[in-house]
Amino acid sequence: MSTSAKMETRNMSFYYGESKALENISIAFQACRVTSLIGPSGCGKSTFLRTLNRMNDIIAGTRVEGEVLLDGRSIYDADVDVVDIRRRVGMVFQKPNPFPKTIFNDVAYGLRIRGLRNRTELYDRVEASLKAAAIWDEVKDRLNESALGLSGGQQQRVCIARALAVEPEVLLMDEPASALDPIATQKIEELIRALRDRYTIIIVTHNMQQAARISDETAFLYMGKLVEVGKTDMIFTKPSCRRTEDYITGRFG
Amino acid sequence: MERRKKRKLIEAGAFLIVRSAALVIVLSLAVVVGFILFHGASAVNWTFLTQPPREAMTAGGIFPAILGTLYLTAGAILVAFPAGVASAVYLSEYAREGRLVRIVRLAINNLAGVPSVVFGLFGLALFVVFFKFGSSILSGSLTLGLLILPVIIGASEEALKAVPRTYREASLALGATRWQMIHRVVLPAAFPGILTATILGIGRAAGETAPIMFTAAAFYTARLPTSIFDEVMALPYHIYVLATAGTHIEQTRPLQYATALVLIALVLAVNLVAILLRARMRRRRMS
Ligand SMILES: Nc1ncnc2c1ncn2[C@@H]1O[C@H](COP(=O)(O)OP(=O)(O)OP(=O)(O)O)[C@@H](O)[C@H]1O
Ligand SMILES: [Mg+2]
Repeated sequence: MSTSAKMETRNMSFYYGESKALENISIAFQACRVTSLIGPSGCGKSTFLRTLNRMNDIIAGTRVEGEVLLDGRSIYDADVDVVDIRRRVGMVFQKPNPFPKTIFNDVAYGLRIRGLRNRTELYDRVEASLKAAAIWDEVKDRLNESALGLSGGQQQRVCIARALAVEPEVLLMDEPASALDPIATQKIEELIRALRDRYTIIIVTHNMQQAARISDETAFLYMGKLVEVGKTDMIFTKPSCRRTEDYITGRFG
Repeated sequence: MERRKKRKLIEAGAFLIVRSAALVIVLSLAVVVGFILFHGASAVNWTFLTQPPREAMTAGGIFPAILGTLYLTAGAILVAFPAGVASAVYLSEYAREGRLVRIVRLAINNLAGVPSVVFGLFGLALFVVFFKFGSSILSGSLTLGLLILPVIIGASEEALKAVPRTYREASLALGATRWQMIHRVVLPAAFPGILTATILGIGRAAGETAPIMFTAAAFYTARLPTSIFDEVMALPYHIYVLATAGTHIEQTRPLQYATALVLIALVLAVNLVAILLRARMRRRRMS
């Protein structure tokens, strides 16, 4: 292994057609740490996150330059299976997006597409995932109902459970609480703190307090460039760049 | 004040026009159905539905034609549904916009515009003569299948396009292959829409005369088909025959209307089943 980081980008640039959305980003994510990505709207946070599990592959005309490494191996190499990468690098989206299926089938989806058929094993893993996502008690009596009948915060935790069920190593979260009320948000934050022991988590957020509360590291992106990255308390107390300070204190963005 | 009055007048006028347009449609349908009911209902009875025609088709029933239309329609769906849905999946999920896709789309749109009698001739040349299927259920089903293919492709594609992107992304992000995403998430979500497409296709296939005239329909046969290579009677063609080719055109008027009534009822019944099925699926998914 050429690096101790769980996931890492090296001089990575990203293009939507001709327009450059990310420029020369080098950043490392240590295992079992939570990293927040902050920055003004349109600076490229979602784009960056989606380069880490190759979700941008499905958008026609996009291109990555530089390297993205998972355990020191490039995930964009020709011989790498994108399906395998997405299995190891899970993702939770901004808006809860449960499938039009029952809660059980929703969480079991990722396991089934990997060929797990055994009913009891499926059930055990679904239960474990829902417990890990702190939603088991609220849904255990309605596993055969649609997830669409749950509240937004519950739906989002089902989506997190679904992502956890396939046991990813890295978990990407794109503003997972932005569509939720404060109580649901608090639950998600508690959950992220609890998951930190087992997963490498990278989370995009617009909420400075949230970044300060939940993350070990914070990275500030501005206009497609990585301005600054470091320990969260450092970034929030003594940022080394003027831009970062302006953004955090709300002077712009 | 003046301007306000004028605005109100225009508002009322526009409303009147659109509402009348809607009413005219309902009225036309009511008149057509009412007319057929009035002229045909008295001739519909148990014998009519279960017996073959008798006495040079001036008496008896239309059972062979009912059965024939059912076979032909089912056959057409059997042909067009898999091919149509597969094409729609290719067009909306796999193909990148480009030359080939534009050509395929152009072909589909043109196919939709081809008069049905041309399909009849084509079916005659290809299936009846070239493939030597003869005038048969098989030839007729294939011809009708081609005819409704554009309907099914078009509507299925719409249904697939309407599946939210979030479902696809969620599926892929969990490590699904494209095919897993399509058959486990996208197709089930699009299924109610695809079913609607199929309903449209059924209605069209059951009612067409020209495509089956040279490819499947028999003028008269009391014998029920025993294989897909047999000729059959069919409801629309039977109406056509009674109304134009017989020697007792006036005498068989009630039979003609009664046959039309049965055809309409048949199509409505099939539609109803499909609509109920769709509603049930929607409910199950949403609850
Ligand atoms: N599919 C796309 N095609 C072309 N350009 C895109 C696409 N998606 C995003 N962009 C552009 O890339 C830049 C970065 O967008 P991105 O969505 O990554 O920003 P973001 O930091 O996540 O913003 P927000 O905080 O509003 O979610 C923006 O200028 C945006 O317009
Ligand atoms: Mg974003």
